[in-house]
This record gives sequence, C-alpha cells and structure tokens, in this order.
Amino acid sequence: MFSPSHFTAVLLFGVFASTVFGITQRETPQRMFRYGLYCFSLFVGSAIVLSWIMYLIAR
Amino acid sequence: MAEAENKKAAAPKSVQDGFVFLPLIAGWLIPGAGHFLLRKWGRGALLATSIVCMFAIGLAMQGKLYANAHEILEVLCLLGDLGSGLLYIVGRAMGLGSDYVQLTVADWGSRFIVVAGLLNIIAAVDAHNIRTGRKS
Repeated sequence: MFSPSHFTAVLLFGVFASTVFGITQRETPQRMFRYGLYCFSLFVGSAIVLSWIMYLIAR
Repeated sequence: MAEAENKKAAAPKSVQDGFVFLPLIAGWLIPGAGHFLLRKWGRGALLATSIVCMFAIGLAMQGKLYANAHEILEVLCLLGDLGSGLLYIVGRAMGLGSDYVQLTVADWGSRFIVVAGLLNIIAAVDAHNIRTGRKS
C-alpha cells in the first residue's frame, strides 16, 4: 500500500491537477506552462497557509 | 517544400471529418485519446499520464471505487468515478479498490480517484472544443 505523507499527497495532487488545468484552460504552450505553474503554486501555497491557520487555532 | 507544408496543414483537416463527438467519447473512455485523435500528441500524452497516474495512485492508496449510491455524496462520487471511463470499468471488473475506507490515506485515495475522473471529463471536453474549433 502506498502511504504518502499529507504534504506529499498535496504535492502529487497539485502536479496532476495543475497539468490538466494548464493544458485545458490555455491556448499556447507557454501560457499553458505558466498557468499550470500558477495553479500548482496556489494548491501548495493554500495548503501551507491553511495548515498554519489550523495549527494556530489548535494551540 | 511548399507541397510538404500544404500536406502538413491538410492533415488535421482530414481528422476534422467524421463524427463530431468522437474525440469527446474517445477522450472520456481512454484518457488523452481525444487529443491523440486530433493529433495533439504532446497534450494527449501529458493528460493521459496525469489522469492515469492519479487514478493508479488513488488505487495504490486503497481508495474506494464507488459502486452503490445510497447517499447524495456517494452519488456525486460515483459520477466522478464514472468520468474515468474504461479505467473505472476495468477497475471494477478486476475488483480493484477497497470496499470500505478505514484509513485516512484510503480516504485521500478515494478523492484522488474521483478527481481523476473529473479531470478526465475536463480533458474530454477540451478535445471536443478543439474538434469544433472553439480552441486551437
């Protein structure tokens, strides 16, 4: 059984979802790449921010 | 030289003939197939890799393949799973995926499988948009 950490799961999810979003939502390869990178950073960034918020709330 | 270029430009046109919903249906059944039919090899390969890997990782995490729908959330998950097309059908036929989600990781796996299906639907619709000329 594959048992990744929570953060690894977020990274995997972000990579695959961002790839599909980038390809399907933009027209040119350069814009696809940039949008994919943007989505990936939002996925990972929001996960980190929400994690810190939950950590601070729990204290 | 010019003749060769004309041939290259005419090739996609030959693909444009035929059943208009073929890339949509092919893309739903097999991830990336809609783009392959339209000769978008790179895009198709990336989409297929992403969706198949996400589905496989979901199964490896002991995710659940939804078969019954007793609650509204299960109906939504089942619809998401069905978006994977043949991946879901083959997975069900082979008895893959766990029946009960007992671990947190398995719950994430179930979400991976559902989202893989939803992403496959987005990819199939994208292939249809390319076929109809809404997107290049």
